[in-house]
Amino acid sequence: MASKERDPLDPVRGRKLLVEGGPSFHDLTEQVCTPVEQPGLAWWLAFLPALGGLSIFGVSLFWLLWRGVGIWGLNNPVDWGWAIVDFVFWVGIGHAGTLISAILFLFRQQWRTAVNRSAEAMTIFAVICALTFPTFHTGRPWVIYWALPLPNQMQMWPNFRSPLLWDVFAVSTYFTVSLLFWYVGLIPDLATMRDRATTKIRRFAYGLFSLGWRGSTRHWQHYEKAYLLLAGLATPLVLSVHTIVSFDFAVSQLPGWHTTIFPPYFVAGAIFSGFAMVLTLLIPIRKWYGLEHIITIKHLENMAKIILLTGSMVGYAYAMEFFIAWYSGNPYESFAFVNRAFGPYAWAYWIMISCNVITPQLVWFKKIRRSPVALFVLSIFVNIGMWFERFVITVTSLSRDFLPSSWDYYSATIWDVGMLVGSFGLFFTLFCLFIRYLPMIALAEIKAVMPAANPHPPGDDH
Amino acid sequence: MAEPKQVSKQASKQKKFGVLAEYDSAAAIFKACEKVRDAGYKRWDSYTPFPVHNLDKAMGIKPSVLPWIVFACGMTGAASGLLLQWWSSTIAYPLVIAGKPLFSFQANVPVTFELGILFSAFGAVFGMLGLNKLPQLYHPLFNIARFARATDDRFFIAIEASDPKYDLEKTRKLLEETAAVAVEEVDD
Repeated sequence: MASKERDPLDPVRGRKLLVEGGPSFHDLTEQVCTPVEQPGLAWWLAFLPALGGLSIFGVSLFWLLWRGVGIWGLNNPVDWGWAIVDFVFWVGIGHAGTLISAILFLFRQQWRTAVNRSAEAMTIFAVICALTFPTFHTGRPWVIYWALPLPNQMQMWPNFRSPLLWDVFAVSTYFTVSLLFWYVGLIPDLATMRDRATTKIRRFAYGLFSLGWRGSTRHWQHYEKAYLLLAGLATPLVLSVHTIVSFDFAVSQLPGWHTTIFPPYFVAGAIFSGFAMVLTLLIPIRKWYGLEHIITIKHLENMAKIILLTGSMVGYAYAMEFFIAWYSGNPYESFAFVNRAFGPYAWAYWIMISCNVITPQLVWFKKIRRSPVALFVLSIFVNIGMWFERFVITVTSLSRDFLPSSWDYYSATIWDVGMLVGSFGLFFTLFCLFIRYLPMIALAEIKAVMPAANPHPPGDDH
Repeated sequence: MAEPKQVSKQASKQKKFGVLAEYDSAAAIFKACEKVRDAGYKRWDSYTPFPVHNLDKAMGIKPSVLPWIVFACGMTGAASGLLLQWWSSTIAYPLVIAGKPLFSFQANVPVTFELGILFSAFGAVFGMLGLNKLPQLYHPLFNIARFARATDDRFFIAIEASDPKYDLEKTRKLLEETAAVAVEEVDD
């Protein structure tokens, strides 16, 4: 088995071949563009359930706007319920896309070219889902612009000392930069779609959005510089975003929240959950769209290793939180953690531990690392676990703070569930539209890392 | 000409964009670009479906000035972020929060940082588009059927008629001597 499972090697670099089966540049264009131009029936099988989910979102939002946030299960100590849990969950999902597109680019991890386009799309859609929650949680979303430093008739300005305001800046910057980065990457591929277009509408639409790109080397030079700079900007940005999200909690005084471990722990958790979502999306898609030679088993293996690394960091953080709670000698802090593991929300805590600490450790086994089915199942567990992590952090600390007389148990209502399920509907609808209309593999980038792209082939006297 | 009637007066006076040569590999266009560069042409370009490594050097193009634009934008963004917070919390709306000073830079780092990044990203994207003179939805090369493969799997060099060294026969010959698979004249 060992010899059979060896990956084919690149003749120039002597490393694992990124695209298997030795397709020509044109073959690759065909393989990536044809599903967009001639979609199969399978796409509808994914799109219709996604639309169903989106309609749940619509109904939940309508009822929310009609009745107010009272339809959620919020109560007095737990003013932040699922809305904040879902917000942090979705923002975290987005982080893997930026890690793949920016950080792996800076580290020259060329395998990222097969997955970066779809991961970046995932980032953008996840941030859209995330932003809906705090927007509607304000209760009066029509005055959400109060969060922005705009001159107004009340002559009031936002409180720049508040982490919630930092969040407004961080998440909106993150969304804007992710969208720009994604679009810049798309321009050459939209030009490919334009030049292949057979109908007028396609030619016009792809032509408009490709901005007249013609692959000029003088353009590529500025383009590559812009891409590198965006990667360099997105890297500290993505680390800052979840750091600031964690400040929402860490800057408050609540036991269980007020800890310095939060920023790194949140960032690791975000990347952990995001990679799980990348696997959840790409494992079925590579199969349905016949892209298994582009998004190879080695790509899945690499992502699984990142899940193992970040999952272990998250596990370490859980342990360290407990240690520090005891070592600090602060009775409130120790109580908060004992309460997490053995209090009324122990069920949630142990779901979190088993999904986030135990399942990623299975990746140590090569058989599991290289099995798409096993990785898919594992990624679902991680998604669930990371949602519960945010639930545990948010709800356990709020429901039992310093004063037992203000304690209360929190449970969600059907409308909380509707919002969460609905946000998945929104996410999958957007993702389906993405794979329907845009090339989901970064063609220009993947062509550039193939052996034939090397201008100095072996034996060249250059 | 053998059949002068078929060439209308307008068509014969049609301005020419230049000469286009097609190549079938990254290695071929790399060598061809070096030749055109060494022949001393200035107004010419190569077109590839993906960025060919170091092709800009083979063409003799100066490095991009984009980083300076981005740096200026980033500094502007960070400065305006800091200024906005300082002005709004000390002059426009002085309000003591949690007994802290009206202005202290520590609390203002996140917004300053984010605005610096935001402006830099705008600078990178719009600066790149500006330097490339995009969007430019029309280009004479788009009229050439074979040029559609510039975004697929073929590589092209176009030497423009406006180049001082341009001479249809000589330029054509130079391109034919490289490993071009096809050479043709392009109307403007």
